[in-house]
Amino acid sequence: MAHFPDWVLAALFLFLLAPAALLAADPSPGRARELVRMVRQDCGSCHGLTLKGGLGPPLLPDALREKPAESLRYTVLLGRPGTPMPPWNAFMTEAEADWIVRQLMAGFPEETR
Amino acid sequence: MKFPFSILAALLLSACSGATLRGTGDLGIVIERAGGSVAVIDSSARAILGRVEGLGDLSHASAVYSRDGRYAYVFGRDGGLSKVDLLRRRIARRIIQAGNSIGGAISQDGRLVAAQNYEPGGVKVFDAETLELLADIPATYGDGSRRSKVVGLADVPGNKFAYALFDAGEIWVADLSKPREPKVTKFLSIGSQPYDGLVTPDGRHYLAGLFGEDGIALVDLWKPEQGARKILASYGKGMEKLPVFKMPHLRGWAVAGGRVYLPAIGKHEVLVVDSATWQEVGRIPVKGQPVFVMARPDGRQIWVNFAFPDYSHIQVIDTLEQKVVQTFSPGKAVLHMEFTPRGENVWISARDDNRVLVYDTASFAKLAELPAQNPSGIFFTSRAARIGF
Repeated sequence: MAHFPDWVLAALFLFLLAPAALLAADPSPGRARELVRMVRQDCGSCHGLTLKGGLGPPLLPDALREKPAESLRYTVLLGRPGTPMPPWNAFMTEAEADWIVRQLMAGFPEETR
Repeated sequence: MKFPFSILAALLLSACSGATLRGTGDLGIVIERAGGSVAVIDSSARAILGRVEGLGDLSHASAVYSRDGRYAYVFGRDGGLSKVDLLRRRIARRIIQAGNSIGGAISQDGRLVAAQNYEPGGVKVFDAETLELLADIPATYGDGSRRSKVVGLADVPGNKFAYALFDAGEIWVADLSKPREPKVTKFLSIGSQPYDGLVTPDGRHYLAGLFGEDGIALVDLWKPEQGARKILASYGKGMEKLPVFKMPHLRGWAVAGGRVYLPAIGKHEVLVVDSATWQEVGRIPVKGQPVFVMARPDGRQIWVNFAFPDYSHIQVIDTLEQKVVQTFSPGKAVLHMEFTPRGENVWISARDDNRVLVYDTASFAKLAELPAQNPSGIFFTSRAARIGF
């Protein structure tokens, strides 16, 4: 492998990594709809339909800005012991939790009918 | 020439004064949470009479009724308090009273409406006629700098309101016999994270369910000097709790035949408590984590719905046999149930099917299916006459 120039290795590396990055990107439109509904309706029973908070804290971009995405992902997946926040990892993948966190931080989509 | 005119005028008048006279005893509302509207329903006709719109964010909305059963006071998540005229089917008054609200109650004499708020944490009391603010009772605790979210607000006799402080672990009873000078009795250290409360139908006992630990806090309102005590403190000992995807709800409907039927937190069980001794007398295994555990008004049956992901089912417990006798799936995401005043029918909201269903409680036959947008709470005017509703 030593005789390949660095840029070839880099290209190869990117090429191998790209599909994984794509997989991590977005759920299918149908699954995205389900996830939006789950967040609005089921997370909404504690965080509010508009996500401005309730028994649980607000999940609007302003409220999340200072929080690292990584820790939000694990809060979604594993819950927060000592609080009513339950783990949701039985109902979504890590990539889907990441997608939800990204949407929350950007301003969560409304449900489409 | 005068004569025909007066007849015409009379005819016009009667046409304008609108529909035939009617009572409200068989009316109610269904919260349509996504659209910020309520559907006005008629439990005799099993029909939706119309809609009232413009009520704001109705996630987790609830309603209480004026004692004449004409007006519903609807408490919205966004702090909106709307007084809805069921007969004219329009908003009579509406205010925004807080940033984040969770429900309310109406006083024994019907003159005061109280709202329980998360943000800013506390209780506000309004004139039921005008919605003018009469008292503001912040739920401060600890060193006085923090305010707790308020849950489990219920009216109790003597124009009092009982409620629990989620963050503080306290129960407060506010006496509003002088509405502008509330007197608050506090019960401290009642347990960790009370999530909701109920007052028994006789108005004597206030119970707050605990989330942060096993058990229920109990206050005998006839003997407040005895303080609060814990019951069912060991119901979960040695068992691992399941994650809770939705907080259960408590209300006085849980009491039937000298027993109280309560949702177990994080377990697929209904707990049965003797209301004379407050000892646990049984546990009934059910399909999922119970959210609403509601006795049919005659107390013969207990209907149970469940938290996500089991929320498309309902189970019915027979109180003589103390076991589940019926399991069915009326629709997707069953959020609430409400019995007709004497319990021959039950109305059920299936949120994700956009439908309200009416069932016969004796035969379990489906009697009607009505369209509603993301329906959640269903509230009949018969609540107007019940303590703790």
